[in-house]
Amino acid sequence: MTAQQIIFLIAAIYTLASGVLTVTSRNLIHAAFWLISAFFGVAAIYALLNANFIAIVQIVVYVGAIAILFIFAVMLTRRDLRVSEHRLNKGWQIGAALAAALFVGMVSMLAQWSGFTKTADAFPTQFDAVGALGEALTSPNAYVLPFEVASALLLAALVGAVYVAFNPRADENSEAQK
Amino acid sequence: MSFWNDPLKVAAGWLEGILTGWGMNAIAAHVLTVFLGVLILIVLLMVLDIFLVWIERKVVARFQDRLGPNRVGPFGLIQPFADIIKLIIKEDTTPANADKALYNLAPILSMMSVLILWAIVPLAPVMLGTDLNVGALFLIAAGAIGTLSIIMAGWGSNNKFALLGGFRQVAVMISFEVPMLTMLLIPTIFAGSMNMNAIINAQNVWYVWLSPLGALIFLIAAIAELGRSPFDLAEGESELVSGFNIEYSGMKFGMFYAGELLHAFTYGGFLAILFFGGYRFFGLEQVSPFLAILILILKAMFGYWVIMWVKYTMMRIRIDQMLSFNWKFLTPLSFALLLVTALMNALLSSAPTWLYVSGMILANILTGWIALEIARSATRQERERTEGIKQPAEVRH
Repeated sequence: MTAQQIIFLIAAIYTLASGVLTVTSRNLIHAAFWLISAFFGVAAIYALLNANFIAIVQIVVYVGAIAILFIFAVMLTRRDLRVSEHRLNKGWQIGAALAAALFVGMVSMLAQWSGFTKTADAFPTQFDAVGALGEALTSPNAYVLPFEVASALLLAALVGAVYVAFNPRADENSEAQK
Repeated sequence: MSFWNDPLKVAAGWLEGILTGWGMNAIAAHVLTVFLGVLILIVLLMVLDIFLVWIERKVVARFQDRLGPNRVGPFGLIQPFADIIKLIIKEDTTPANADKALYNLAPILSMMSVLILWAIVPLAPVMLGTDLNVGALFLIAAGAIGTLSIIMAGWGSNNKFALLGGFRQVAVMISFEVPMLTMLLIPTIFAGSMNMNAIINAQNVWYVWLSPLGALIFLIAAIAELGRSPFDLAEGESELVSGFNIEYSGMKFGMFYAGELLHAFTYGGFLAILFFGGYRFFGLEQVSPFLAILILILKAMFGYWVIMWVKYTMMRIRIDQMLSFNWKFLTPLSFALLLVTALMNALLSSAPTWLYVSGMILANILTGWIALEIARSATRQERERTEGIKQPAEVRH
């Protein structure tokens, strides 16, 4: 086993364990922090795949923004944050069996593929991965259209969120009070 | 290649030679050497941190017309060690019903978010930590860990003041991340890379001359990220006692405090790297790597001094003022500045240096002036709406 494989196994087990703890912790805040830990594990796997940019963006977006918002939302809810009922329902054995069957099936299918045991080629020296990504995202021959469509979608979501949160009547009331 | 020209590589090669000579696996020897290098850097930073406490207290004393620590040792130099001994032998208290795991993890993460930043700091032309090609984003990602530590401390302490302080601080940090990230893109546009070393190497003209407004906005956003005055809402002694770290005692509090000081110094360093040429100073950096490190530390100290200067002369502003300052003024201004900079960079790409620099400075001044005029007219309208139109004041004799 190479060092890379060992690191991959550690990161994968860490991510999976964090994921399991996310769905099984009784305390909702702890679940949110285990989710963050899973995000870090995924970022480590991206970094192993030589995708530095994606790994960093994973932390900036998921840990820095989305997870913080999760925690805020959980903390601002008034209910008791501890769940007392049983955390597994009756169908968990069937679920586990299905997941195991899916895993075995996928591995046996992938084992027939010729690239299964191949190791990744090293990047050529002086290869600028971030520059290549940037050019691909803005070049008309590559992904400029999906990129722009995604940005328009995000802008629409932003405007929609402001519209939902904005209450003109409350604004008028505060004006009247003044 | 001698020790004085490339100390890191020579020392690492020497150590690896010894380790493999003892019959160690080559990969294991390499990993161990890198690990030791990181350990040495962290130890040096922590020692520097001890002296930062002394520097901070001396400088604030000067600003406030006092003497500062001057009893223990010459010029009070031993004072921080006395403080550390006090912090270590203090009772380590944990509040009742605290979330123990999060409570104990928070100070560690807080310190980690600062130390991890030094992984991408190029200390000298031949002394790089990680030559990461997404250095600018790494800065923001490390900030995310810092945000996480504060929310952990606020929640884990089981104290309302701590939670409120944590909320406030996180609100400040995630808001000011937007202008900060935008300002990190300005050196990226000039250098054509997010790599810190490439940004330094491209600075034949310091970027502060190309984008003075960008450097200023970066400084403001950095101060807000640090949670220092005028943005020290999380502490708010008068209303929140001490904010998110109120329940911490002993060395756990010390971790937050030392982390804040080192963070301020680190942002001074990043200000130097991004806008003041990093380790470069009229070719002196080529003479010796040790001279380059000295130049970087002096520049970082200058940035740190400016941050202290602001901290000890400004008063705290209210949270609504601060958030509207960020979202209604600083964020649109930084977006506009980014657009103008990108446009001017494209227009002047083939111009001679003097035209490029003067065009950039003019564009910055114009953007800043227009932004200030818009803000001025908006505040005047707001004031007239709330207070009624004022009669022109009588002429005084």
